[in-house]
Amino acid sequence: MEVTITVNGTTNTMDIEPRMLLVHVLREQLRLTGTHIGCDSTSCGACTVLYDGTPVKSCTLFGVQADGVEITTVEGLLTAAGLDPMQAAFKEHHGLQCGYCTPGMMLVGKALVDENPAPTDDDVRNAIGGNICRCTGYMNIVKAIQGAAAARSAASTEPANA
Amino acid sequence: MLPSGFEYHRPSTIDEALDLLEELGEGAKVLAGGQSLIPLMKLRFAAPAHLVDINRVQGLDTIEERDGELHIGALVRHNELVRSTLLRDRYPMISAAAPQIADPLVRNLGTIGGSLTHCDPSGDLGAVMLAANGRVVLKSKSGEREVPVTEFLASTFQSSIAPNEILTSVRVTSPTGNYGGTYLKLERKVGDYATVAVAARLLMANGSIGTAGIGLTSVGLTNIKATAAEDALAGQAPSQELFAEAGRLAAAACNPVSDVRGTDTYKRHMVEVFVRRGLTTAAEMAGAA
Repeated sequence: MEVTITVNGTTNTMDIEPRMLLVHVLREQLRLTGTHIGCDSTSCGACTVLYDGTPVKSCTLFGVQADGVEITTVEGLLTAAGLDPMQAAFKEHHGLQCGYCTPGMMLVGKALVDENPAPTDDDVRNAIGGNICRCTGYMNIVKAIQGAAAARSAASTEPANA
Repeated sequence: MLPSGFEYHRPSTIDEALDLLEELGEGAKVLAGGQSLIPLMKLRFAAPAHLVDINRVQGLDTIEERDGELHIGALVRHNELVRSTLLRDRYPMISAAAPQIADPLVRNLGTIGGSLTHCDPSGDLGAVMLAANGRVVLKSKSGEREVPVTEFLASTFQSSIAPNEILTSVRVTSPTGNYGGTYLKLERKVGDYATVAVAARLLMANGSIGTAGIGLTSVGLTNIKATAAEDALAGQAPSQELFAEAGRLAAAACNPVSDVRGTDTYKRHMVEVFVRRGLTTAAEMAGAA
C-alpha cells in the first residue's frame, strides 16, 4: 500500500506491507536506526516516536496508520544549530548509561516540556512511566529532562539581541 | 515480531466502516487504538484477514453530557479521559481510573471502545463501567442497539458485539444529588496488569445510599459487578460497618487465581480492603462520611 509519511520534516512516499509496524518502516525502510526495538511487546518504550507531536510506541502501530502523519524520531532532534536542548541536557546530566532507552526518554521528555515548561519530579516520573531504563539510571534522566526544561525557559527569557 | 498478513482498510465515515464489516464478514476486525489488538496479532493469537481502521472516522472522539447522560465516543483515548474537566468534576470514578490505565504512551493511543470490546478481565474500564451501570451503543447497517455493560462483557476476551457491529459510544446516566466515586488499583509497576483493582461509587438519596456501584478487576474470568455488595448498600445509612460488610460480600463474589502477582487469598483480601476504602472515599466525596 502506498503511503506518505513525513519523518523529521522529510516527506517519504513509499510502498509498504500493511503488517509492517511503524518501527520496521523507520528502521528498515528509512534506515533510521535511532528508534530502538526493546521488548517488542508494548512494555518498554525504547521504540517511542512522536506521532503528530504525541509520544507513542512505534512497535504497536502499523506503518500504514502513519499515512499523512508527521513523525519525529531521535534523529529529528538534531538541527543545523546543533543538539536539541533535550539532547544537550542528557549529555550534561549524564542521563544515560548504556543508552538503549535514551531516544525514547528524550522524545517523551520533549513532548512533556512542550506541554509543561517547568515539570516537577512527579510530572517527569509520570511522563516516563511507559519507558524502562534497565540500567536503572532514572535519577539522572529526571534531572536531564528538568534541566532541558530550565534551559529552554532561560533561553526564552533572554533579551532578543543577546 | 510480525503479524500475519492482512488487508488494510481505512474508511473515513461510520457508514463506510459498517459497509466494509458487512461485506467482509467474520474475517474482519476493527482497529481502534490497537494497544491490545496489535500485540495479539504480533503473537499470532489473532490473525484477522482484514483490518478496518476506524481511527479517521469522524465524530467518535467527544466526551459530553446530553439529556441526562454522559456520552463518551468510542475513539476517546485514555489520556483524553485523564484530561477531561467534565469527568474530573462530574464523574470522579472514571477520572480516577483513567490515569491508572496501562502507561502514558499506551494511554495516548488506547481507546475506551477498544478497551471494553477487548473484554480483558484485567481491563480497568470494564470494572468502572460495571460500577457505573454503563451502556454501550453498538451500530450496524441495520440500526443500533444499546446494551448494558453487564451483558456486553460476556466472557473472557469475548464481548457480545456481532461481527457486523461497531461500538460507537459509551453511556452513563448523569448523577444527581450528592455522589462520589473512585478507583483503587494495586499494581507491581506502571503498565502491569492490576493485581487487584476496585471501582466504587455511591449516589446518595435523602441522606442514605440510593445506588451503590462496585466493579472488580483481575479477579475472575471477566470484570465482576459485585451485585450482592451493591444490594446490601442500597437504602442504608453509610457507616464503616456497612462498608466492611460490602467488602466481605465483594470478596466472596470474586474468583481470583494465584499467580506471579499474588495468591488467591491475598487478592481476595485486597478486594475486601479496597471495597471498604473505595466506599469510604466515595462517601467522603458525597459529604456522607
